[in-house]
Amino acid sequence: MYQYDWSVISRNMDVFIEGALKTLELSAISILLAIPIGIIFGLGRISKNKIIFYISSAYIEIIRGVPLLVLLIWIFYVLGQFFSLGSYWGSIVGLAIFAGAFIAEIVRSGIQGVPKGQMEAARSLGMSHTKAMTYIILPQAFRRVLPPLASQFIMLIKDSSLVSVIAATELTLNAKNLVATSFRSLEVWTFVALVYFIMTFSLSLIIRYFEKRLSRSDA
Amino acid sequence: MITIKNVNKSFGDHQVLTDVSLEVPKSNVIALIGPSGAGKSTLIRAINALEPIDNGEVTVDGISIHNKKTDINVARTNIGFVFQSFNLFPFLTALENVTMAPMKVKGLSKEAAEKRGKELLSSLGLADKFDAFPNRLSGGQQQRVAIARALAMDPNVMLFDEPTSALDPEMVTEVLDAIRKLAKDGMTMVVVTHEMGFAKEICDEIVFMAEGKIVERAAPSKFFTNPDTQRAQDFLSKVLNH
Repeated sequence: MYQYDWSVISRNMDVFIEGALKTLELSAISILLAIPIGIIFGLGRISKNKIIFYISSAYIEIIRGVPLLVLLIWIFYVLGQFFSLGSYWGSIVGLAIFAGAFIAEIVRSGIQGVPKGQMEAARSLGMSHTKAMTYIILPQAFRRVLPPLASQFIMLIKDSSLVSVIAATELTLNAKNLVATSFRSLEVWTFVALVYFIMTFSLSLIIRYFEKRLSRSDA
Repeated sequence: MITIKNVNKSFGDHQVLTDVSLEVPKSNVIALIGPSGAGKSTLIRAINALEPIDNGEVTVDGISIHNKKTDINVARTNIGFVFQSFNLFPFLTALENVTMAPMKVKGLSKEAAEKRGKELLSSLGLADKFDAFPNRLSGGQQQRVAIARALAMDPNVMLFDEPTSALDPEMVTEVLDAIRKLAKDGMTMVVVTHEMGFAKEICDEIVFMAEGKIVERAAPSKFFTNPDTQRAQDFLSKVLNH
């Protein structure tokens, strides 16, 4: 029978904290890059310009069809032969490109979910297509995409564990290393699962709060 | 003020407008009536280019609306449009709905836009609704906000595409009253409507359409008592006999 020794957690708390902070840092930077990528390609996906449409569609379909683990390894080793990104920026680029494709689809469906009459009303008042998008369509699309976007953020925090395969320091890699030296795998992985849950659940609560505040007009 | 010359339009194989020509002099109010599928909505939407046309010409205040060289965004500021389904911006208050376009399109200051917006909403009986969101307003109130929103751009022409068709019966009057008031003030208007009593009362001319063509044009007194065409007689016998 396995003898649990939870002291490994408290003795190495600094390793977990450092890992968790790195995970949050990687996720936050990736999301900040993924959002503009998602908006640009999401708009591209509904563009009347065929070239822009096909480029956007190709990006989204390819990225959605490749597992993140494979994408990360590909960026690190294959792309790495041309640009030396290192494991830190390699992870961020991989996560951002990956999440960007999903966000693009969320943005597209959010924009297309705004009733057609909204664009017509805005245009009938003399707004250009760009102004109508900026002041009328996107603010409404934003409210619609918040829930799926929140899921995407949470997914990204969890997916960031995969960057441990290209040796980027974060919670999962720190945990692997700790297991290798302490042989306390059951305790360490149990605690790591708890830490991921705390991070994602806190994010859920924060987003829920913002959703409530934004829904003032839907009361 | 509005001239429509030989306009044709089809959706695929289906010709929705066939060689339509019409003039609306300044300060006139024209009612477009006819059975559904007659092309009334398509025609009124073609006047501000919400609907593209295949050929022909539409001019408003001397500006050719479907000409590629025309800045349609500038042209549209002169043409107010009111939709059947209101199409208010749901995330903005009544006042913000009215002030958005004057600020973003005409570059009015917030103060100036709000001053004008409050005047317009008040004149339409909505003085206590400035801060209300559309979903807190009745259909009739929403449509009046939509009218104020269109008027805020100070257009010379107003177009109404079945403005009361989506309303509960008890709210029709308040919207018609608003349009009536505009007519008194000399606004040039085209109204697609099924409200025959209203058309008879305020319109200078009735334009009767069927199957994409203008079948008959007449003064209301003549049209509702003694229309020339069989098609109009059939239509009137159906809508007036109940």
